[in-house]
Amino acid sequence: MGKTLVDKIWDAHVVVSKPGFPDAVYINTHFIHEVTSPQAFDGLRKRGIPVFRPQKTRATADHNVPTIDQHLPIKEALSRHQVEMLTKNTTEFGVELYGLGHPYQGIVHVIGPELGITLPGMTIVCGDSHTSTHGAFGAIAFGIGTSEVEQVLATQCILQYRPKRMKIEINGQLKKGVVSKDIILYIISKISASGATGYFVEYCGEAIRSLSMEARMTICNMSIEMGARGGLIAPDDTTFSYLKGREFAPKGADWDKALAYWKTLQSDADAVFDTTLTFDAADIEPMITYGTNPGMGMGVTQHIPALEQLEAQERPSFKKSLDYMALEPGSALLGKKVDYVFIGSCTNSRIEDLRMVADFVKGKHKASGVVVWIVPGSKQVEAQAKKEGIDKIFEEAGFHLREPGCSACLGMNEDKVPAGMYCISTSNRNFEGRQGPNARTFLASPLTAAAAAITGKVMDVREMV
Amino acid sequence: MKKNFQHLISTAVPLPIENIDTDQIIPARFLKATTREGFGENLFRDWRFDANNQPKPDFVLNNPLYKGEILVAGKNFGCGSSREHAAWSLGDYGFKVVVSSFFADIFKNNALNNFILPIQVSDAFLQKIFKAIEADAQARLEVDLEAQFIKILATGEQEGFDINPYKKACLINGYDDIDYLLSLRSNIEAYEVSREFNF
Repeated sequence: MGKTLVDKIWDAHVVVSKPGFPDAVYINTHFIHEVTSPQAFDGLRKRGIPVFRPQKTRATADHNVPTIDQHLPIKEALSRHQVEMLTKNTTEFGVELYGLGHPYQGIVHVIGPELGITLPGMTIVCGDSHTSTHGAFGAIAFGIGTSEVEQVLATQCILQYRPKRMKIEINGQLKKGVVSKDIILYIISKISASGATGYFVEYCGEAIRSLSMEARMTICNMSIEMGARGGLIAPDDTTFSYLKGREFAPKGADWDKALAYWKTLQSDADAVFDTTLTFDAADIEPMITYGTNPGMGMGVTQHIPALEQLEAQERPSFKKSLDYMALEPGSALLGKKVDYVFIGSCTNSRIEDLRMVADFVKGKHKASGVVVWIVPGSKQVEAQAKKEGIDKIFEEAGFHLREPGCSACLGMNEDKVPAGMYCISTSNRNFEGRQGPNARTFLASPLTAAAAAITGKVMDVREMV
Repeated sequence: MKKNFQHLISTAVPLPIENIDTDQIIPARFLKATTREGFGENLFRDWRFDANNQPKPDFVLNNPLYKGEILVAGKNFGCGSSREHAAWSLGDYGFKVVVSSFFADIFKNNALNNFILPIQVSDAFLQKIFKAIEADAQARLEVDLEAQFIKILATGEQEGFDINPYKKACLINGYDDIDYLLSLRSNIEAYEVSREFNF
């Protein structure tokens, strides 16, 4: 019987496997950031032990940083202290830091790939659930808690049980105006916010193969939103050409050797998955969420389910969710007024996302009364956008191009959506209060968000491209 | 201080809501602390308190009828962010057990790593627990980790639960993953040497 890609990578990283114990799995790359690492470094201090392999951990500041005036000291005392602790800890323990002001700084899941740190066949962890993003390169990548961050710092290993395997195949071609964000929102709407819990998902099929690396990252990024620990895509020529020449990617003879290995990283034809799901790309329309978990999504022209369409047991939670959103069961969202537009986050803040938005809004101006925040994923994305003149297009459209960070995705810094306001957001979570206390989030693609910025409403972007 | 968990008899706090995500358990704006302590006061912050920091009387943690070391919640508890602060806030508030019909993966690991026991029960048994608490807010539940069961004491109904044997031993004895991993050091070093592609 053949092996799945997840099993191949897993098997190559098991250090010790004992009956009754979880596997001790070796980690190739560990990313850390300011929010989920300080308690782990404290743990090392209490045990009196060093970071075991400091060169295998990379740090950046992203969750809690301001997205304007990054050259000035952080105003808010607690945030400033947390970012300073990261500098102190990484200095003391010898870990490389791409902090504020560094040309590599940015959202951890944006900088890893763009620097060529993320490579096929790796095991990658980070104290952040969207670590699944790195799976786009054919890596096992998943989010961990702070106790596990401490494990990896202390031993370069993590204790884990082997996940179940799910295959999700997307056949056919996407229609005009439909992009990778719509694919993943569609899948989650079909299988729910817990539909892949306990699984690692391998995405495949023609529609996935034809996506760019950045578009693939958007899909793998949201694997966690259906409960999957991670999601991955077998590497191919698209992967290899993206990586070639990147800062930390192998060079010369090392590249050739690595490439030969990476080409073996595919599920065998006779590999058995615990679950297989198949969808047709042509069935996917631009997606939008209406509720307070990412599974509560629909095609933008559809209606929110009516209460009668749900099981009796599901109705109280559904009703609570729609009450929070101030939406009626059975109603449509097309034409709904929005107050804020957020284009950013580890899901959709890469250069292709900004290009997509810029192409769409060029020569247009935002609707009055709408606040538009565009937050690049990294200093490199920001620099590239400026080089291409994308910043000027945004300026003319009345948008604000800010500096890199997680920003309004999680409402941890000052970029919060005010209570009661509707925000159409390219981020990954529409939980209650996620973008600020009582803020209301519609998750959508960068195109659908751009259309809302220009019109002030939820639109079917297919009619505008 | 080492913690452990073996056995508990307690009243329980019912929260029959599905998909309770870690942003509800502890909103991001309270993640700025650099220690593990003190998160309990912000547990379920935006469900517990209004914009003026006044307790919302209709939220269960503000209802003096319901107390206890066991939280009973709807399915898919702990979905979303990997923030271990969610487990820290539940533990700091005083919960030792969370019961649900389904848990998100990362939360489950985080809870176990903090000696909080996540007990997954069937949908039917979860409803029985909710009914028992509805009938009597003082209804007590018994949790026995060694024997792996949870019992509604008033009715005697009980259900077994799964836990992997390694984590069970950790909880009962107060062991910690890092102690075990540190003991594997020579294996880890041998692995590193053996790998052709150790990036």
